[in-house]
Amino acid sequence: MSFCVNFPLFLIVLSLLFSVISSVLHKKAARVLSLVLSGLSAAANFVLFLYVMKSGENVTYLMGHFPHPWGNELRIGLLEALFSAAFSLILFLTLLGGKAPLLTRVEERKGQFYYCMCDLIQASLLSLVYTNDLFTGYVFIEICTIASCGILMIRENGKTILASVRYMIFSLIGSGLFLLGVILLYDITGHLLMPNLKESVREIAACGSYRLPLLASMSLIIIGLSVKSGLCPFHLWMADTYGAAIPTSSGILSGLISKGYIFLLIKIIFDVFGTEVFYASGVHNVLYALGALGIIAGSVAAMRENNILRMSAYSSAAQIGYIYMGLGLSPVLGMEASLFHILVHAFTKPPLFLAAGLLSDSMGGAKKFRNLQGAGYVNPAAGAAFSFEAFSMIGLPLTMGFISKYLFGIAAFESTHHKMIPTLLVLAVSTVLNTLYFARTILRIYNREISPNHGEKVTVRSEKLYLLSALAFVLLNLFFGTAAKPFIDILAEGIAHF
Amino acid sequence: MKKRKIREFLREWDEGNFDFTMETMGDLHQGPEDPGRLPPPDWKNQPLRKAEASEVKAFRALYPVLSVLLLVSVIGFLLITVLQLPPFNSADTPANTSEVIERYVAKGLTETGAVNIVAGIILDYRAFDTLGESHVLFTAVVAVMILLLLPEEEKENREEYRILHSDLILKNTARLLVPFILMFGVYIILNGHLGPGGGFSGGAVIGGGLILYAASFDRRRLQKVLNMNTYRLIVLAALSFYSLAKCNSFFCGANGLETIFTTGTPGAIFSAGLILPLNIAVGIVVSCTMYGFYAIFTRGRI
Amino acid sequence: MLSILWNNRIQVVAVVLFAVGLTTLLLHKNLLKKIIGLNIMDTASYLFLTSLGFIEGRLSPIVSGGNTDPALYVNPLPAGLVLTGIVVSVSVTAVILALSMRLYRRYRTLNLDEIYRMVHREQEEED
Repeated sequence: MSFCVNFPLFLIVLSLLFSVISSVLHKKAARVLSLVLSGLSAAANFVLFLYVMKSGENVTYLMGHFPHPWGNELRIGLLEALFSAAFSLILFLTLLGGKAPLLTRVEERKGQFYYCMCDLIQASLLSLVYTNDLFTGYVFIEICTIASCGILMIRENGKTILASVRYMIFSLIGSGLFLLGVILLYDITGHLLMPNLKESVREIAACGSYRLPLLASMSLIIIGLSVKSGLCPFHLWMADTYGAAIPTSSGILSGLISKGYIFLLIKIIFDVFGTEVFYASGVHNVLYALGALGIIAGSVAAMRENNILRMSAYSSAAQIGYIYMGLGLSPVLGMEASLFHILVHAFTKPPLFLAAGLLSDSMGGAKKFRNLQGAGYVNPAAGAAFSFEAFSMIGLPLTMGFISKYLFGIAAFESTHHKMIPTLLVLAVSTVLNTLYFARTILRIYNREISPNHGEKVTVRSEKLYLLSALAFVLLNLFFGTAAKPFIDILAEGIAHF
Repeated sequence: MKKRKIREFLREWDEGNFDFTMETMGDLHQGPEDPGRLPPPDWKNQPLRKAEASEVKAFRALYPVLSVLLLVSVIGFLLITVLQLPPFNSADTPANTSEVIERYVAKGLTETGAVNIVAGIILDYRAFDTLGESHVLFTAVVAVMILLLLPEEEKENREEYRILHSDLILKNTARLLVPFILMFGVYIILNGHLGPGGGFSGGAVIGGGLILYAASFDRRRLQKVLNMNTYRLIVLAALSFYSLAKCNSFFCGANGLETIFTTGTPGAIFSAGLILPLNIAVGIVVSCTMYGFYAIFTRGRI
Repeated sequence: MLSILWNNRIQVVAVVLFAVGLTTLLLHKNLLKKIIGLNIMDTASYLFLTSLGFIEGRLSPIVSGGNTDPALYVNPLPAGLVLTGIVVSVSVTAVILALSMRLYRRYRTLNLDEIYRMVHREQEEED
């Protein structure tokens, strides 16, 4: 066992420690700590990823002296390391480039709390991704809920507080249902650690004494996590939440936190229920239908929206729909497409929100399209970044979005025929709708008649850090979009070893 | 004719003048004569707006029906599920017969050194959960601070304070009770590995004592000891100690190393390795959190 | 049927309590009542969880006289889990109460519909 398997433990403890230290520091120092932490986490997780890929085996890491089923554990596999590296990198880049929107919207004396919450989000994301214990998952879901509510409500205007209340209520219903599901599962199996749960679940599914409670617990856990990540009927709160938050926070909320929950859900499907039980239960068909509905509902809502941030929020709802549709489609190819789409959305949405926020700031805080006319000329960097990320959302070739749509298409062709046609139809319709609403935005911000409310022209020099982060996002996107093949192979291998 | 209408509609939409939601939501609450709101200029908005308004109205009307349907179905499903679960108060349910419980009870004493098996579970076997749990409290305090922390100390209203804190019965009761409450809390914390108790319950008791004290006397009395700076330092110290101690034991456990903390003789006050110091740290965090909630909620500062 | 109900009495009560909480949460417009509903839901989960470990006639899980026979004590794990759950519930309640305090300070009401209306009006004036 190499030393680098200790990294997750060190990173989680370090994040918790840094968050506590940040709360007593000055804003600037806290920011540096957060950046160091997320950068370090990205690097360490990447090293771990290389190690796991080389050794080709999952590592079970004891949190204490006792193995499962007695003590807490982490499980370090290919996908876990990859996703936590990606999440940390995205958090790093978002915080790096997202300083400007924070300056005007967060009270000076509360600045350090923002970074404290970001450290806690880092800790909980790592724990959600690595945990091998269902109840630990619940505890860190709650930390994640409160911390994400924290970065939302720190912009203290009426709209944001109301949005936070809604976010909190929905999240708490979600975690309440999740907890109830875990309790039911504990009642019928007597275990909380994932490997033992999987064994017991398999026995129950085979002999059939507690089949209904098993189904109930599965539905409760899945409903709980999908409420929290904003699947279709629950996507209604998303627009308020992401539209009202600071753009940096919107990026983190939609790009990372909902993805953390979805990754945990995927992990639970593989490691607790097992794909056979899950795909035999019929729950996946519900997820498929809701996902497809979410794509259409989200896209239509985004079409109708005149506010750039709310439009991006509804577009997030559509992207979450893609992920759930993939989950319901098929266990291997559909799952692969979903996992890839998690990364696509996580790499695309935060810079999109950041760019939208900066564009709106450069036009004197305007958010309506008619007042954003010509914003791309006032802030060229943000305009370019917005356009590129919009292309990736639409799925133009060379971007990541293209690859994920391609994967969804492949998965649709390989699936059963009564799912093939609807999937392809939904893909086509949503691509058209995506193109429509993003093209309209891009044409609007590059309109020659600059609307009169614009601020000073933003020069490249004044926003070096933002430029750096936007450039990094674009390059990463192009890299994964062009050199996708080895990457998809890694995902497939990860699914096989899950 | 129809084509032109569609084209104009598309142009309106593209210019972003075509506001679907805002208009209709406003219409439900405000009459058309409301100042600052012009009546719809022409035919274009009319048909869709009506459709939208009826959509929202339908939602309002349907919401109770839908929620009741949802409730009935969820509860019915859960009730049917519950009837198939292992019966209450029975020794041979999966949860009560599993190997997990067997080892916790049979070997808990020798492996963790804690007479209180629950303390052994939450602070040794499943310590990572508890580490997260104490940080949930910390997260909540920070979130409450973000919302309710007031800026600098403003001029105090002496008169108001004199009236607020002049309740003789409260003062004397507090004077009588607070030392015992605090002492009881400390006892519960220190006794956590030996009997019923532990950091969480003891911390809550101490927090209650502090709140009683702060509510009955002038708050500056308590502030001399527990103000914002000391509060932050105490929480920082307790949580960092907790994280580092647990990090050490997790690291040793995962790498198969011996810890320097031994279990000692079960039943003695200095036994059970890290459990006593961890209980103290948890107790400090919990009591500070409880008092912090009270202070920030009532006055906006600690 | 009745005997099954009686066998699972605590779980049934827990589900009923959960229903009470969920109803309060969904059908009340007052934020404070919604919070109470959430708390009732949480409590129902904890009742459910605690009931799993109980076996009549057994001792509480504190080793007495060095006797570590598993058949002597009740299941200690649910107690630990409930402890965690309670702490989490206290924390989220505090946060959401702080949020409602802020809302009340600004809008002088806790009725979510009215607050929603006022936020909307503010929004329109801003645009």
